[in-house]
Amino acid sequence: MSLEEFKNRNVGEQSYKMLDLKHTPKSSMGKFGQVVERTVKGELFVGLWVTLREMGNALFKDNMHTIKYPLEKLPISPRYRAIHDMLRLLESGHYRCIGCGLCEKICISDCIKMDTRYDENQRKEVSEYTINFGRCIFCGYCAEVCPELAIVHGGRYETASEQRASFSLFEDMLTPIDALKQQKEYDGFGAVSPNADDNIKQTPLAY
Amino acid sequence: MEATVLPEVTSLGVIIKAIIILAIISAVAGFGTYIERKILAFMQRRLGPMHVGPFGLLQIAADGIKLFTQEDIIPQNANKFIFQIAPAITAATAFIALAAVPVFPDFTIPEFIPLLGGTFVPSIAADINVGILFILGMMASGLYGPLLAGMAQANKWGIIGSARTAIQFLSYEVVTGLSILAPIMLVGSLSLVDFNEYQAGGIGSWLIWQQPVAFVLFLIAGFAETNRTPFDLLEHEAEVISGYATEYSGMRWGMFFIGEYANMITVAILASVMFLGGYNDLGFIAGWFIIIGKIAFFFFLMLWVRASWPHIRPDQLMWLCWKVLMPLAMINILITAIVVMI
Repeated sequence: MSLEEFKNRNVGEQSYKMLDLKHTPKSSMGKFGQVVERTVKGELFVGLWVTLREMGNALFKDNMHTIKYPLEKLPISPRYRAIHDMLRLLESGHYRCIGCGLCEKICISDCIKMDTRYDENQRKEVSEYTINFGRCIFCGYCAEVCPELAIVHGGRYETASEQRASFSLFEDMLTPIDALKQQKEYDGFGAVSPNADDNIKQTPLAY
Repeated sequence: MEATVLPEVTSLGVIIKAIIILAIISAVAGFGTYIERKILAFMQRRLGPMHVGPFGLLQIAADGIKLFTQEDIIPQNANKFIFQIAPAITAATAFIALAAVPVFPDFTIPEFIPLLGGTFVPSIAADINVGILFILGMMASGLYGPLLAGMAQANKWGIIGSARTAIQFLSYEVVTGLSILAPIMLVGSLSLVDFNEYQAGGIGSWLIWQQPVAFVLFLIAGFAETNRTPFDLLEHEAEVISGYATEYSGMRWGMFFIGEYANMITVAILASVMFLGGYNDLGFIAGWFIIIGKIAFFFFLMLWVRASWPHIRPDQLMWLCWKVLMPLAMINILITAIVVMI
């Protein structure tokens, strides 16, 4: 399944096929006719052919359905809310977080803890940032409220841990500086919608 | 008939044949579970066993170790003695039936092999003159296994399983007997060796061309005889947990399984010897290779059908056997008899 199909959640747009169900025969002659028809029609062989065709497809046309899970993974929707990622600015490589503290404020399970200070350039700098994943309910408010798209939800959904409460530090979630080129712009929860330009109205400057 | 002088069949040869049958069939029965899981998986676009050995080939070993080391539980309130011997009935009768089945052509062990060199190994362990009757009787008595097993365990699913065994037995056994009566009339013998010789003249002399109806009927009855889908009423998990095998564990359960697979192979051999020309050479292809190919085809057919078709209700099986298949078999016998008389 491609990612596009996966993202399509509009149930009812698919083209359903209606089965041609005939009426149950009432008379005994009709029943006999049904038996004869089913005997001669060879529908059973159609069934045999279908399974054989699927076996051929699976073996020779690479149409196998199995995902060897720990080795292979299915693509997940960009709107999926898993372990957070901290993104960097692509130009400078500096982290995007401006230390506004909105995520800490909005967090309904109180699992984000951050501390900021002014650095030598009088810029705000994040001195400490942790998320308690033992408490996090992955509601996505932090990603939605973030004005800079700095904290986003990533795709790492395997959250089993040896500890009851597992904390993540800012550096664990931050895109590594040497992997900056692989950093993908986030189009999931809280991100600008694809048709954002159409929805923006000009600000009336008169007032 | 006595044109070719065959070497004398010694008891040593028969013993060797028996060991070959036991070793090969039980190994193949074990391997059959792997093949079944793989083919079913492929037909459902899955991978099947993959992790034990290359392509999961050692899965049989893993399963075997598991079965052998599992605790042998005998449930409370069960009839202990019958509960214990019931799996042995299934496994033993399956192998006894194979005694009268020609599995491979005759051969003589080469002289250079010490001790056994020069021993003539017959194609059939016991060439009794009622061969087919013996085989069918043995396979039918194999159903005492599920019947007793289900009744010996104090479990309602087991009881339902044995009731279904009785229903199935009452349904298909008539069809099995009547369907092969017509080819028996044509050949004039109950021995499978005679069947094989009757069809020695290439593909054109195969009995399937003269008896297509009997072939189809026998195949349907064979599926019922081996409890394969679409007639796997005895242990259909969705309805009766595991039927007669619900309370079984470990090697006793494994014996049921080996018996079932040995029966599948027996039916495959019977169908290929009686209707598809047996182990005769086909042009330049050797007979032993041909018969393995035919047996493999029938084995595959059973798995293929299991992957494709839904199974039917007990009353539908009875309806099918008594109201459709038995009249067809009778008509087939009548027509064959008239043709033979003329």
